[in-house]
Amino acid sequence: MLYFARWKVAAILGVIALGLILCVPNIIPRSVLPAWAARQISLGLDLRGGSYLLLEVDMNAVVRERVESLADAARTKLRAANIGYLNLAGDPNNRRLSLRVRDPAQAEAAAVQLRELANPVPVRGSATNTEPDIVVTTAPDGTVTATLSDAALVARGSGAVEQSLEIVRRRIDETGVSEALIARQGQNRILVQLPGVEDPNRIKDLLGRTARMTFHLLDENANPAAGAPPPGVQFLQGEERGGQAPSRYAVRRRVEVDGANLSDARAGQDSRNGEWVVNFTFDSVGTRRFAEVTRQNVGRPFAIVLDDKVITAPVIREPITGGRGQISGSFNARSANDVAVLLRAGALPAPLTVVEERTVGPELGADAIRAGVISLAVGALFVFLYMGFAYGLLGWFANIALLVNIMLMMAALSLLQATLTLPGIAGIVLTLGTALDANILINERIREETRAGRTPIQALEAGFTKASGTIMDSNLTNLIAMACLFAFGSGPVKGFAVTVAIGTVVQMWTATTLVRLIVSWWYRATRPRVLPV
Amino acid sequence: MLGFLRRPLFRLVPDDTRIQFMRGRIVGLVVSAVLSTASVVLAIYPGLEKGIDFKGGIVMEARTPGPADLGQLRGVVSGLGLGDVGMQEFGDASTVLIRLPVQGEEAATQQAVSRVRGALETAAPGTRILRTEAVGNRVSDELFQGGLIALAISLGAMLIYIWFRFEWQFAVGAIVTLILDTTKVVGFLAVTRLEFNLTTIAAILTIIGFSANDKVVVYDRMRENLRKFKTMPLRELIDRSINETLNRTLGTSMTLFLSALPLALFGGETLAGFAWVMLFGIVVSASSSIFIAAPILLFLGENRLRRGTEAVAKPVPPRPAARAAGSVAGPQA
Repeated sequence: MLYFARWKVAAILGVIALGLILCVPNIIPRSVLPAWAARQISLGLDLRGGSYLLLEVDMNAVVRERVESLADAARTKLRAANIGYLNLAGDPNNRRLSLRVRDPAQAEAAAVQLRELANPVPVRGSATNTEPDIVVTTAPDGTVTATLSDAALVARGSGAVEQSLEIVRRRIDETGVSEALIARQGQNRILVQLPGVEDPNRIKDLLGRTARMTFHLLDENANPAAGAPPPGVQFLQGEERGGQAPSRYAVRRRVEVDGANLSDARAGQDSRNGEWVVNFTFDSVGTRRFAEVTRQNVGRPFAIVLDDKVITAPVIREPITGGRGQISGSFNARSANDVAVLLRAGALPAPLTVVEERTVGPELGADAIRAGVISLAVGALFVFLYMGFAYGLLGWFANIALLVNIMLMMAALSLLQATLTLPGIAGIVLTLGTALDANILINERIREETRAGRTPIQALEAGFTKASGTIMDSNLTNLIAMACLFAFGSGPVKGFAVTVAIGTVVQMWTATTLVRLIVSWWYRATRPRVLPV
Repeated sequence: MLGFLRRPLFRLVPDDTRIQFMRGRIVGLVVSAVLSTASVVLAIYPGLEKGIDFKGGIVMEARTPGPADLGQLRGVVSGLGLGDVGMQEFGDASTVLIRLPVQGEEAATQQAVSRVRGALETAAPGTRILRTEAVGNRVSDELFQGGLIALAISLGAMLIYIWFRFEWQFAVGAIVTLILDTTKVVGFLAVTRLEFNLTTIAAILTIIGFSANDKVVVYDRMRENLRKFKTMPLRELIDRSINETLNRTLGTSMTLFLSALPLALFGGETLAGFAWVMLFGIVVSASSSIFIAAPILLFLGENRLRRGTEAVAKPVPPRPAARAAGSVAGPQA
């Protein structure tokens, strides 16, 4: 066991050299490194400072939106097919839409009309098959119900999250935060990490707004002060201006032009009165639609609605064909700019709620790093002295292996481009303690074998061989515990699981192979008659 | 000159230690059972100090330009009507830690954060918010569940693993011991009022891993001795195995203890709680390897672990009946 083939020695030394090389990028600033070499350990937000936000997509809103659009479409369809109906209403809580046809004989015909409104969604577990997203049923009394299927719910939700992810990314890009990490988490959540952001309020504001801008016509016959709006019309509040109570508008539900058809939006100042405004440009579809609508409705008021609030409701003086427009409201420089950012980035398919926020300032991060480094240094000192004093020469050999162990851990973390968190540092410090376990097992074994009357070479061989089974068995328990933590923990605690697991695997190698190599060199160099154990 | 460093300078226990640990098995088990029961009771009433991870709410750390006027700040934040305000000095006189309960809806929790931020900035201009953590109800419930699932699964995985590698008696002995260890750590949390959060779960899981590791090493030696000394009574064999591995058990616990100690002393507020739990757990797990895991194995394995070898290899005279009965009744000479 103490004989090492030359290639083995070369391989062991090679691994250590490789580890050293992999550690090097960490002490060179990232900007100097070419991209392929920039494999560094990155610091977690708790160490470098920054903001962590967990956003949740409001699935109820997704369902409500679909049910409401179904209701609108159903009205048009049934009217076109000349089917009389009563009580057409969406019920988002039960994911369905129901109505009663006047003549029960027409129920089946109504169902056919409704089925045509279905969108195909992929069948779960299949890449190519699709099924309709609504299930339409009829009852003998003429009630027709369209219910959103489970598959539809999953598909819509998934689509909404994917779309939100893209919008969130664009909005954050617009704010100029660098190195932001935006990722989907679980079914309906989006994780946002913003390094260096100390006050995430502005970003939370930006992300918290749906920013759906739509252009509607006003219903001039409806009285906004009435209790309930007539069908197809909704009452919306206007912006608050100079302390006056916001006025109410009777806005037709029908969307004439959608904000999705904007190609650009910029904040600017009106040349006449210096007020802050947002200038926007439609894309070709939007330009055409807007020209059409304004041509047909000269002299009538129309409303620009942003997130269910009427921003402005001017009267159309002449057809607008250039595809440009301006929104003036009670903007200041910042809010005009925010609205422009939101319009450029696009609307969220559903509102987002921040369900978890963790923000750490840079000072605390620096404190944490200092505390971690001190703990690591003191812990290493304690453990080194203990090992050396308790086990003599073999203990000092184990200490050399421990240094290599820490270096290889760093190398592994760099290679994985892992994120080092505060608990992760704790994991490294604890690895100091657990890493020596294997050496203690080996050294105790060598000592026992020596006391049983073995020669030095026999005792060393028996020590390394017999202990290795135990080392394997006992270390697996640590790995099991860390796997559980990694699977069910979240955030920084995962970093702890990663560092401890890497440390455990690395130490199994350094404690057995590397220490054995050192011992074999020492044995061949000195040929001791008694082992110093 | 450094020659003296070549040899070990000390041993934790002398080589020929022959402590008859199994004599104290009843005392050990009873003490352990009492401590664990008390821990469970304390964990229910008065209960654990659940951290923000597990119960939701808001924690903010703020640094005021001068020494903080806790009374004034508390008044200002309480005035916002956001529920019970916890306010304490944190680390030094100019740093305060503010705790607020979870605010019903997720969005309300977020609004509360900005309101507190605003209130602090007006009350003590120049105040900087060093840290904000706001966790809503849904997330905290999930984190809590995840933490408990991780604990349960890790115990289950250990059971299966040890069962797979050893006899079932070893597995049951180890798991009962791990559960007793874990409950004591929970009791430690209840007594010290340390926060129970995700980091604590990490500490408990590390202790479970480490404790199981220790049990495996001792069991491994017992298995080896079972093969080596085919006729030795189980009780003597267990004592012998524990004595043989005593230096290793204490040595490894010592290195782990020494590495966790600096974290408790210099690791800062966040890691100190974690480290104290670790330190307590290390002591518990080292003693449970000796006083709990082994006696349980003795009870479970008294007549079973030997049966195969007795029947096949060399029949030994049946042990006096009194011994088998005595193992339940109490310690014997």
